[in-house]
Amino acid sequence: MSLLTIFYILSAITIATAFLTIISKNPIHSAIYLVISFFSIAGHYLLFNAQFLALVHIIVYAGAIMVLFLFTIMLMNLNKEDEPHKKLATKLAAAVSFGLVCFVMLAVFIKAMPIIDTYKQTGQDFQSIKVLGKVLLNEYMVPFEFASVLLLVAMIGAVLLSKKEKSIQ
Amino acid sequence: MLDSTFFIEKGIIILVVFAVTMLFAMYSTWAERKVAAFLQDRVGPNRAGFGGLLQPLADGLKLFSKEEFFPNTPNRFLFIVGPAIAMSTALMTSAVLPWGDKLVIFGKEVILQATDIDVALLYVFGVISVGVYGIMIGGWASNNKFSLMGAVRASSQMISYEVAMGLSIIALLMMTGTLSLKEISMQQSEWRWNVLYQPVSFLIFLICAFAETNRTPFDLAECESELIGGYHTEYSSMKMGFYLFAEYANMFISSAILAILFFGGYNYPGMQWMTENVGVNAANVLGIIALLIKICCFIFFYMWVRWTIPRFRYDQLMNLGWRILIPLAIINIMITGVCILAFK
Repeated sequence: MSLLTIFYILSAITIATAFLTIISKNPIHSAIYLVISFFSIAGHYLLFNAQFLALVHIIVYAGAIMVLFLFTIMLMNLNKEDEPHKKLATKLAAAVSFGLVCFVMLAVFIKAMPIIDTYKQTGQDFQSIKVLGKVLLNEYMVPFEFASVLLLVAMIGAVLLSKKEKSIQ
Repeated sequence: MLDSTFFIEKGIIILVVFAVTMLFAMYSTWAERKVAAFLQDRVGPNRAGFGGLLQPLADGLKLFSKEEFFPNTPNRFLFIVGPAIAMSTALMTSAVLPWGDKLVIFGKEVILQATDIDVALLYVFGVISVGVYGIMIGGWASNNKFSLMGAVRASSQMISYEVAMGLSIIALLMMTGTLSLKEISMQQSEWRWNVLYQPVSFLIFLICAFAETNRTPFDLAECESELIGGYHTEYSSMKMGFYLFAEYANMFISSAILAILFFGGYNYPGMQWMTENVGVNAANVLGIIALLIKICCFIFFYMWVRWTIPRFRYDQLMNLGWRILIPLAIINIMITGVCILAFK
């Protein structure tokens, strides 16, 4: 089987499960479809031979974030009646902002192409974690640290929110 | 031509590893009863075969022939998927474990490992983190409040201890400088076992391994007096057998990981001497035996603890995980960093 066939199969799974995530009535089924979608995305990373990225994707998204999602959905026991009915304007705004984010991402990838070429010319194996770690902590130190600060802020925010609720009770 | 021999070689290794894992898991159930009997001054199973050695087969036959019961649930498919995920994740980890250095068969070097990937340790963590789904989906699909409670308990315990487990391993990685289990094993040759350099990391990892495999003193998921049977309350027949069997397979695999990461893997004192004077094959067969002996010691330790220490309370479990093990692991990382800076 050629890589192209595998790519088509993986893409079909990714898109089908992503649609099923939105369509299915049961929130738990949605979450499980999303997990399968994440796994097929990890498969795409493996097609690029990006082992580190694929495994971190599985550990972080499928193994941690989606488990917590499932957890919350199971405990809340959502029904049809609890479904929030948002206004059409809100839905439209969400769709437009998502489209804009996609546009930005696309622009980033196109802009990044020449930089990727310069990395290709060095001839190093950028899939190996040793090279990746060195690049991340030398050349991209500042963005890396910013990302970690962002995560820290999110964490503190979550703790603060849960504390606030307690004091009201 | 090269491809076909490669596939045959790897296929045989995978089959053997699978068979050995299953065999160990099977006889762990027998050993568990024998150890329990020994610790409680009883005889233990002694009817089926000599010393009860056929007991696991009898158990398997019994589980197979039991009635296939389905609870009143709208999710029959997920009800079956649950134990399937539990079993497959329990067996998947063994793909990256190095069982020995290499054998020379017909003048060809055979590496005793199914695959040697660069990120083997991350793969292990990935599989462990996916293993939670088996319990969660099974518990939820049972459509039973006790099952759901058991599943929630088990999975929250597992994701809490994964954090401490990951942090404890970082200190070790700072020392070894690689994620490949093969290289970690090779670095530990001739008594340079990691446990001597990283005892705190080992201790945290060991405790987390108990929590991850849902073994006593952390078996709150199946707390009989509170939750009937935990997440597998509604399960019967071989689906139930899969959950129980997955626990024993997990125990074998986690013992193997403990032995490889901290106790030198297949290395034994004098392995270099054996390779130089007796031969590569003899030295490596002894290495495999050494690894299996180390694994057996850990399995015995698991059972020993099970029949010695009572179960934790749930809040104690969470306190231990979040307030003691995680800060301890972070302090360990800092101390390791300082030591590496000072001595290298």
